Order: sequence, then structure tokens, then C-alpha cells
Amino acid sequence: MTQAETIGTYGPYGGRYVPETLVPALDELEAGWAEARQDTGYWAELDGLLRTFAGRPTPLYLAERLAPGRRVYLKREDLCHTGAHKINNALGQALLAVRLGKRRVVAETGAGQHGVATATVCARFGLECVVYMGAEDIRRQHPNVERMRLLGARVESVEIGTRTLKEAMSEAIRDWITNVETTYYLIGSCAGPHPYPALVRELQEVIGREARAQMLEATGRLPEAVVAAVGGGSNAIGMFAGFLDDPEVRLVGVEAADAASLGRGRTGVLHGSRSAILADEDGQILDAHSISAGLDYPGVGPEHAWLRDTGRAEYLPITDEQALAAFHLLAEREGIIPALEPAHALAQALLLEEELVLVCLSGRGDKDLQTVLERG
Amino acid sequence: MKRLSIYLMAGAETPELAEAAVAGGADLLELGFPFSDPLADGPVIRLAGERALAAGMRTRACLDCLAECRRRVAVPLVPMTYASLLEAYGYERFRDDAHAAGATGFIVADLPIEAHPELPRVQLVAPTTPSERIRLAAEHTDGWLYLVTVTGTTGARSALSSQLPELVERARAVTDVPLYAGFGIGTREQAAAAAAIADGIVVGSRAIQVADESGPDGLRAFVASLRAAIDAV
Repeated sequence: MTQAETIGTYGPYGGRYVPETLVPALDELEAGWAEARQDTGYWAELDGLLRTFAGRPTPLYLAERLAPGRRVYLKREDLCHTGAHKINNALGQALLAVRLGKRRVVAETGAGQHGVATATVCARFGLECVVYMGAEDIRRQHPNVERMRLLGARVESVEIGTRTLKEAMSEAIRDWITNVETTYYLIGSCAGPHPYPALVRELQEVIGREARAQMLEATGRLPEAVVAAVGGGSNAIGMFAGFLDDPEVRLVGVEAADAASLGRGRTGVLHGSRSAILADEDGQILDAHSISAGLDYPGVGPEHAWLRDTGRAEYLPITDEQALAAFHLLAEREGIIPALEPAHALAQALLLEEELVLVCLSGRGDKDLQTVLERG
Repeated sequence: MKRLSIYLMAGAETPELAEAAVAGGADLLELGFPFSDPLADGPVIRLAGERALAAGMRTRACLDCLAECRRRVAVPLVPMTYASLLEAYGYERFRDDAHAAGATGFIVADLPIEAHPELPRVQLVAPTTPSERIRLAAEHTDGWLYLVTVTGTTGARSALSSQLPELVERARAVTDVPLYAGFGIGTREQAAAAAAIADGIVVGSRAIQVADESGPDGLRAFVASLRAAIDAV
């Protein structure tokens, strides 16, 4: 057995495909995380911050006018501080960075939600913060760039390749390689080399744990289907985690149609792990396309690839147009402006036949107003 | 005698550049098989890779380039690439086809030491690598050990890394395999300083820049100057 096959794998996926410089840092992170997660003090501090700083628990809301005749419940992660589920992960990892004695944090961001969450927790803990963001995303998610700067973060514009999340992540990892001894890499999704996929999943499990209890309380039963958008896959893996052991619950991940690494990709290596990726027959990574910057990524967390292969979850595509229609529908019928990422999940939820459905409304749409208005 | 390795990106002009590098005194050539998302590479090699891909240098074309280099030069030829290409091509198939085209070894920038032993390769270690892991890398390595002189990506630096002497010392303490230092070596002074403590040096980004700016003649002169610098050690 090779190391990549035994460390942090999900079936044939996961592992550690990184330059050797990073291996000791990943070992240090893994050991630090193993220690933290056994420490009730760590969880007590995190739970307190999630409650008093991030606004948890988030409500469960029955969207009666969105889908008359059916019960579609929304898990309101959009009501989290900073406007998305990303804060759950950022808080947990910032506590870890402090435990590891790192005073400088680097992160990548696509839509800007993870960048804002990271800048926020760095301000809260007094850490230096550098966020890498593709030049194209800086253009289309400008309000989040201003937010990060107000919070004291340095936003580095990435001008290479596709100028989106893929390149931002590569540059964040290159920064980490260069400054590895002083810097903590605060990854935003359940992707990357081991132990990140497991770590991020555990920090996002709070979504599924709360939602499961809230569904039982509201309806006396579990949902027939659970739906979440998948870019890198962190809100989905957190939500799915609450229901993986309930085989009667259908788990549906929703990808942007032109960024469907699970639906149309092949097995390959990107950003440190083996997973489903959009690549050509030579293994060169292909450009993804989505109106949603958060879904505009040619890879996905390795656990999702495994959930797909085992059949426990299914992954369906939604087009830009379908997502935009759901975006407008939720705004007009329910008075909630969703981010374009969960608008994909909403669009798919409205196509399902199940009567009782739970949707992860992973973020709010303020950041997307310009994009939506430009599309008319 | 200290060994001199020159890195070139696979492309249409590469066989001619390979001849020039060997004429200048290179003992070994690394041949970059470009990848769209090269995490270990700095701006110069990344840009060279982008250009190569835009010119159609996919795996099959790179193997053809390797074979053409083999026809022209007698020194060891070592493809250097990333795991994604091998996942797509197949590790054993790549090993066999590259050997058939004249490769004498391999370097993969993002494969863990123990992964895919069916592809014997030069292992890399960095200043951050603990001694125990250097020992493991030395046990698995094919021929020589690649010492990454810096915590960072490829590319010329203003000064030779101060981390190199300690890395060489720690490696010598656990292994007898030859040690070649690379990443951040671009001038005669840096080459001489690195060669004074290591068994060989690798020059990549600066060689690519010189080849871009002044072609095969410029590259031959540049490599000859490096050769003279390390032979004087």
C-alpha cells in the first residue's frame, strides 16, 4: 500500500498529492487537528463563537409560497454572520491556526464568501490575512472585495490562467509552500490534500446536525430528499453528513451544468487530492463555467466522488438560466434573495417529485446583485 | 566532478536547445512535460508551460520531443511532470513509453514518496523535510536525491538559499546517494556556492529565460559559464 492509498482516502479518492515541502506542514496540521478534536475545550470555544459571533443555530424555514402543495424547507445558512455557511469552517480553522501558533493566514476565494469569512475570523483573532482571488471573480464579486479590505485583509488579484477560483487556489497553495513555517492555509472547501477534506467536513457537519433535529421537530419525520449545491462541496458535505446514516433520505448534490466535475468529469489529481475533475484525456485541467463564482471550479471534494460511486448521493446539473429563475422566484415569493450557488439547489429541489424536501440555502445573494442585474 | 543538470520545457525548439545545453557542458537534461496547474512552479516555468500547452505539447507530443532529444544527445534525459498527466496516461504505460523514447529517469513534483513504486523516480526533499523522511526518500529515490534549496516554488532568486547547507548536512547524515541542489539557482555565483556543498546542481527558470532571449547560442554560452563556475569549485 502506498501512502496516498492509506492516508485520508475515500475509496480511490483523496490522499496527498503535494510538493514535498508541504508534507511536514500537513503532518503538523493533522496532528494538531487530532489533538483539537479530542479536546472538549476546543469544541466549547467553537460552539460559543458559533452561537454568539456567527449566529447559530440558523433557522429552518418552510417556504410555503415557493412550492405550494409541497413542503420545501430551507436551512437558512444565509443568515449566518458574513452571509454564508463558510463562517462555520473559518472559525474552526482559525482556532486551529491559533493553537498551532501560526500568525499569518492565506486563503483562496471564488465568490468571495470564504474570503470574507476568513478575513472576518482573522480580524476577530488578530491574525494577518492574505486572500487570493481571481481577477475575473474580483470583477464580478466586487462588494466582497471591499468587505475583505475593510476587515483588514490583503486581497491578491490572480491574473493567470482562467483568473477564477482554480488559479486562486493554486496561488494560495504556492504562497503556503513559500511561507509554510509561519503560515496557516485556511482552505474553504472539503477539497485539497488530507487532512483538509475530513477537517472541513467535520466543521460543516453542524449544518446537517441542526437541520436533522429541526426537521424532526417541525415535521416529526426525516425529509424524503436533501438538496445542496456542490462547487468544492463544503455546504453539501456538511448537510449530507447529518443524513448519511438514514438510507431512506435521498441525497442530491447540484452542480453547475458547465462545471459538473462529478457529472461529466474524470478521475484525476488537482490541488492535492485525487477526485473527480474536469480534465481532458491528457490530464490537463479544463475550464469550468458558471454564472456562480462559487461553483466555477473544475474539481470537487474527494468524499463527494466516493458518495457518487457508492450510490449514496447523486449529483445533478442545473444551468445558469435555471438557477437565475429560481433566484428570482425565491426573491419574489418568499422575500429571500439567495446567493447564486444555492439558487442551483433550489432550482433542482423544485424539479424533484418528493413532497418533503430540505434545501441548504448556503448563502445570501447581496454579492450577486450586479451579476443578476446584468443578465436582466 | 560536480554534475550540471539543465531543465528545458518540451517544445518544438527543445531538441536544438538540448544539443546546445550539452555542448555547453550539461551532464543531464530535465524535460518538462507541461501541466495546466503546476503547484511547484514559479512564474517562469509556469508561463513556459502555458505556452507549451497552447502549442499542443500534450503527453504524446512531449514523448516525441523526448525521442528527438534522445537522437541528438547522449546524456541522461529525465522527464519532469505532475501526477495528473500520469493518472490520465497510466503510470506503467508512461514509464514504458518514456523509456522507449529514451528517458533514463523521472521526476514527479506532486507524488508522495511511497506512491506508485512502479514508476521509479528521483525523489525531492525540502528544507522542511525531517531527517527521517529524507532517509525514506533516499531509500526510494532513483539515482540521486533532488534537494529543493528553498521553501518555495521554482524560479531564480537574488541569493542562494541560506537553508541549503543545513539540508545538505542532514541529508549526508542519513544517505550516501548523490545530492543535486535545485530551485533558486540561476547565476554562476549561486551555482558555484551550491556545487561546493552538493554533488550537482539543477538550473531551470534561468535557463528557460536565456533560451527565450538568446536562443541556442545564448543557452550554450550560459551553460558553459555555469560549467566553468562549478568546475572551479
